[in-house]
Amino acid sequence: MAAILTWLIPLPPLLAFLFIALLTYRDKGLSHWLALIGAGLAWLASMVVFVMAITTQGLNQSPFALAIAWLPMPTTPLTIGVLVDPLTAITLFFVAWTVMMIFIYSVGYHDYGYPEGDNNKPGLPPRGMLARIGRGAREKMPTIEPLYSRFFAFISLFAFGMFTLVVSDNLLTLYIGWEIMGLCSYLLIGFWYAKPAARDAAVKAFITTRLADMFMLIGLVALYSVTGTLNFRDILANPTVLGKLASTTSPILGLSWAGFIGLLLFAGTIGKSAQFPLHVWLPDAMEGPTPVSAMIHAATMVSAGVYLVIRFFPLISAGWTPGGAPTIPMAVMGFIGAFTALFAATIALTQNDIKKVLAYSTISQLGYMVAALGVGAFAAAAFHLFTHAFFKALLFLGSGSVIHGMEHGVLHTEEEIDAQDMFNMGGLRHKMPVTFWTFLAGGLALSGFPLITAGFWSKDAILGGAYGGGYLAVFIALALAALLTAFYTARQITLTFLGEPRTHAAEHAHESRRVMTIPLIVLAVFAVGVGWAGIPATFPGLGGLIPNWFGDFLNSMLPAGAAAETASLVPLFTSLVVSLGGLLLGWAVYRQYAAGKKDPLQSLGGVYTLLKNKYYVDEFYNWAFVKPAYWIAETFTYKWIDKLIIDGILNAIGRFGLWLGRILRTWFDLPVINGIGDGIAGGTRRLGADLKPVQSGRIQQYMLVTMLVVVVVGIIFYIFLVLV
Amino acid sequence: MSPTIPLSWYLVFAAALFCLGLFGMLARKNMVAILMGVELMLNAVNINLIAFWRYLYAPDLTGWAFVAIVFTAAAAETAVGLALIISIYRRRKIVVAEEANTLKG
Repeated sequence: MAAILTWLIPLPPLLAFLFIALLTYRDKGLSHWLALIGAGLAWLASMVVFVMAITTQGLNQSPFALAIAWLPMPTTPLTIGVLVDPLTAITLFFVAWTVMMIFIYSVGYHDYGYPEGDNNKPGLPPRGMLARIGRGAREKMPTIEPLYSRFFAFISLFAFGMFTLVVSDNLLTLYIGWEIMGLCSYLLIGFWYAKPAARDAAVKAFITTRLADMFMLIGLVALYSVTGTLNFRDILANPTVLGKLASTTSPILGLSWAGFIGLLLFAGTIGKSAQFPLHVWLPDAMEGPTPVSAMIHAATMVSAGVYLVIRFFPLISAGWTPGGAPTIPMAVMGFIGAFTALFAATIALTQNDIKKVLAYSTISQLGYMVAALGVGAFAAAAFHLFTHAFFKALLFLGSGSVIHGMEHGVLHTEEEIDAQDMFNMGGLRHKMPVTFWTFLAGGLALSGFPLITAGFWSKDAILGGAYGGGYLAVFIALALAALLTAFYTARQITLTFLGEPRTHAAEHAHESRRVMTIPLIVLAVFAVGVGWAGIPATFPGLGGLIPNWFGDFLNSMLPAGAAAETASLVPLFTSLVVSLGGLLLGWAVYRQYAAGKKDPLQSLGGVYTLLKNKYYVDEFYNWAFVKPAYWIAETFTYKWIDKLIIDGILNAIGRFGLWLGRILRTWFDLPVINGIGDGIAGGTRRLGADLKPVQSGRIQQYMLVTMLVVVVVGIIFYIFLVLV
Repeated sequence: MSPTIPLSWYLVFAAALFCLGLFGMLARKNMVAILMGVELMLNAVNINLIAFWRYLYAPDLTGWAFVAIVFTAAAAETAVGLALIISIYRRRKIVVAEEANTLKG
């Protein structure tokens, strides 16, 4: 029963996509209702399955599963199906809630209910218009997005891809959902396709993730060829298979098969979850509409990369016991995760665009999750994934609300400013109170504000895991990143909401519609409350009062058992210091900021320039990869090979054919063939002309000839009949 | 009683007449003279036929029938020929055979 319901979860969004794309395209209202119903049904089914999953004892031993034989193979057919174990259950929970909230928010974000607009072009963001409102008055107001239905079709397809990935029980359908999301990410980042920046960002996202997916596909193929199956239960819950993979050596670099495949699958995560060095697509992806940024780059798609490595943790950690040396993939993940977390947090300090700060923040937090897996803190990584989805989606939607308010201000005051630049904002807490309080909740969760935010519990769990496992370098890096996170979050909130409005547009901003603020409130409730499901038992005071439901639920998935929670207070103390200290520092530095002054961080001089330019990674990639690729395409293959060599050969063959034809025509066709024909005709005419004088018309001549012939014939007859 | 003139004399006489007629037909210019030559040839043939009948098939009238037919055919043919000559003369005012050559190739 639960398994059949799980099969049905991805279906409503897919049907919504098909119906919107094929049938209801012209009707904007009907399209968004179809999308909302699709997401709503998926949400309902996910909640039912979630409740059934958490009320089942021993879910990991007997998960809900239902598979069908799909691809006939020589030995056993390849089966595809659904699997609901603890990881799936919690992922379904946060994916369903965030997707539902974002769908509802999108209705308001794209200005449904406002008029169509007289100079909106499809492919560009809608512009305001001077519209008539009753009694001859005209007022400037926003207009509805011209490609409204297309947006809802794409996000429905995206939701289908994500749900498919989450409920699947084998790596193949997971990869299918992964790639569908990659496609939708391209389509949605480039939603406003008439903007060159959006087009470029979409291509960059797709190509960067595709590069990573290529490695992941190799890992998938290697896994299938070594084990003969792609089913999660058959590989990951099977100690024999895991042991075999950990002990046999692959032909690559002397790694074991488990290490090799683990590294390749992690390569997919590096691309999809924007870890260094493939993080470059995510900040550019902010060109898309804000609901897209929230859904794809906060709550779901980038979470898919982390979901993959969490799912494959038994493979990645095959041969590792808690307290022992990490396996090679774990070491790589620990390094890359910690490095990315710190790297992205430093860049986020200097960004002025409200969405870019959140983009780098996402990269940094994903680095946290990857590093947590690298040090073996399995439940902590999943917990952070869970809480991060809620508060990051909340922050992105809140930023969208802020941007909407600012653009409304820009519309009315006609200032030529960037509505997304935080230095143009200020004092918005009075103009947009609901947005302010929910954004504050999300920001405090991100910074790990103690006790009342979910981010605190999950971040503390990761720091505890790093410290308890003895990985001091990772611990210090993550703690520094947490300090910077709190700092830039406080910077963001102070510049945007506190203080006084710095531009006329900010003065004219007003709160967003209810259809946009209600999702913010719902997500804020989750951002605050959901952390209390995972209070560790060693927490002073509160520990043990509420059982660590989350940790127990997830740790039941580990065959080797989880690492014991550290009883040391050092990580707890560190996280308190960095989060409160960072928040205070950020607020103190920026609270006096007034319009027109330069950013106080600029006093760092050269370091500031380096961070502002994102360590010049994009410029380096441009020089090292993009320019050579263009050279190969434009000069090497097009000019030299295509036009010079291949066209040259073809033209030479053509010219030779023409020459040969001319020769044959001149020397054979005309003289010989025509000669024969003309000769016969001319000869016949000459013969006729020569024979013409025989017929002279003179009768006596005819009679003379007759007589001669008779005589000759008579002689012949006489000779042959008489004498013979 | 059997005639005393040998058959061969009649045959030679008929042959001579025939050759005369043939010469006249081939050598004369006037169309009417050509017809006269034709007439002479036909009569020579008649003499030949009658000579053969008289000497070899006397009581049987088959030879006579043959001769009668040849006479009749000759007469009809002469009539037609003369009609043609008159027609040509009326049209083109010529009587010389060589000048009636409009059927030449």
